[in-house]
Amino acid sequence: MFRVIKNVSPLLCKNLLQRSALQENAILMFVQGKHLHTDSESEKFSLKHEEVGRPLYFDAQATTPVDPRVLDAMLPYLVSYHGNPHSRTHAYGWESEAGVEKSREQVANLIGADPKEIVFTSGATESNNISVKGVAHFYAPRKKHIVTTQIEHKCVLDSCRALEGEGFKITYLPVGTNGIISLQELENALTPETSLVSIMTVNNEIGVQQPISEIGAICKKNKIFFHTDAAQAIGKIPIDVNSMNIDLMSISGHKVYGPKGVGALYIRRRPRVRVEPIQSGGGQERGMRSGTVPTPLVVGLGAACELAEREMAYDHAWMEKLANRFLDKIYSKLTHVIRNGDPKQTYPGCVNLSFAYVEGESLLMALKDVALSSGSACTSASLEPSYVLRAIGADEDLAHSSIRFGLGRFTTIEEVDYTAEKTIRHVERLREMSPLWEMVQEGVDIKTIQWSQH
Amino acid sequence: MASGITKIQVLSLYKSLIKESKKFANYNFRSYALRRVRDAFRESKSITDPKLLKKEFEYGKENLEIIKRQVIVGDMYQTEKLVIENVR
Repeated sequence: MFRVIKNVSPLLCKNLLQRSALQENAILMFVQGKHLHTDSESEKFSLKHEEVGRPLYFDAQATTPVDPRVLDAMLPYLVSYHGNPHSRTHAYGWESEAGVEKSREQVANLIGADPKEIVFTSGATESNNISVKGVAHFYAPRKKHIVTTQIEHKCVLDSCRALEGEGFKITYLPVGTNGIISLQELENALTPETSLVSIMTVNNEIGVQQPISEIGAICKKNKIFFHTDAAQAIGKIPIDVNSMNIDLMSISGHKVYGPKGVGALYIRRRPRVRVEPIQSGGGQERGMRSGTVPTPLVVGLGAACELAEREMAYDHAWMEKLANRFLDKIYSKLTHVIRNGDPKQTYPGCVNLSFAYVEGESLLMALKDVALSSGSACTSASLEPSYVLRAIGADEDLAHSSIRFGLGRFTTIEEVDYTAEKTIRHVERLREMSPLWEMVQEGVDIKTIQWSQH
Repeated sequence: MASGITKIQVLSLYKSLIKESKKFANYNFRSYALRRVRDAFRESKSITDPKLLKKEFEYGKENLEIIKRQVIVGDMYQTEKLVIENVR
């Protein structure tokens, strides 16, 4: 729409001035003039998609592809070994059980835990639910207070909301503009009533990494259980549950190049953390999560964890290389780009950028040969700006113009270059059309403008 | 050569791994496999400990089998090519 107005207005003025006598010709000239005009500018504003093919995948925080090595470990349990791992009376059960127990060891090794402390679940959402609701309910008679942050994943926040309905008190810690919580504020929030502190390790939208060791130390000092949602951190940054004093930890399979539909929960045994199970049933997984353990998925999770342990340093170096290359390219060509979240205390594979004076959804539409998201997949259907960005104090307009670039193990340099180049081109194109951008170029401070009052 | 693994064997494993990795139908898996194999051999170049050399050699052989199987699986479920593969 802006394009039309921009192209038409100067011509319209000219036409009216010069051709007032020849009105019928004016219309003709107007049509032709417009045509000629757009031709010269067509390069700049063109939205043509000459490229064909599947879009590039840049959404590694939503999910990751299954690593071929993981699939290779899973396939025997899908094709040949179908036994129920809880069948104790025959070989079919034993071989499946062996697969599950090996996987339990692989998961435990990655986080420095004992295999007996690992409970398999359907994913990080279930692990988070068991942790938050389970601990809260079990210790409810004496302690009815939980501390969490404003930038947790939806499933933690919603579990807390449900507990609030049952009469629990919840403290939602604010975060600074860099997305990191203040340890002083955490300490102040703790009361003798507090049973659990739940703070995520790496944020799924802005990639910031909370000071987990320090939080763990504070919780230990105050004898409060510490739960962390490490779905985005597992296999990407080194985690040790003992040195970091973590009591409960949620793990997801499909964020570490494993299969979807499987996850794990680490629950400390010494000192013992008790949870009230959510699901009633056969008492599998030490009674904390009833239901038959899905052998192929669990084997996949184990293989993914072992692989992640082996590849962590290598993958991390690659992420840093790609992220720096991407940011250098963007910053060298574009101004008014804001990186959301702390640039240092962060996981480099998650780059969340706000392009000022560009509407995020339009940019996503323009970049249709790259699979991107403006935030978490869970909330990508709504046009509301993300609550995480609002928590870090991003202005409404910047929260609307954010895009998350998720890099992964399988992202290539060529893909990064392609995406950076496309992003630069489309941001320039969209800004060229924006009247706000024009005003900024003329030196008008947008914030001082009095928009019409409603 | 106390480990019994000769330079020729290592070179031959490297060549097979590269050759098989090139067969991945999926662009991302193919690029990763090639990059990973090259970097792994570069990293292990200086290994002299025969025990460690044998371990790494066995790991490479295991992975060669995995790649061979996964190339077949990938071949069966091919998708449209990525935009980046159609450029130029």
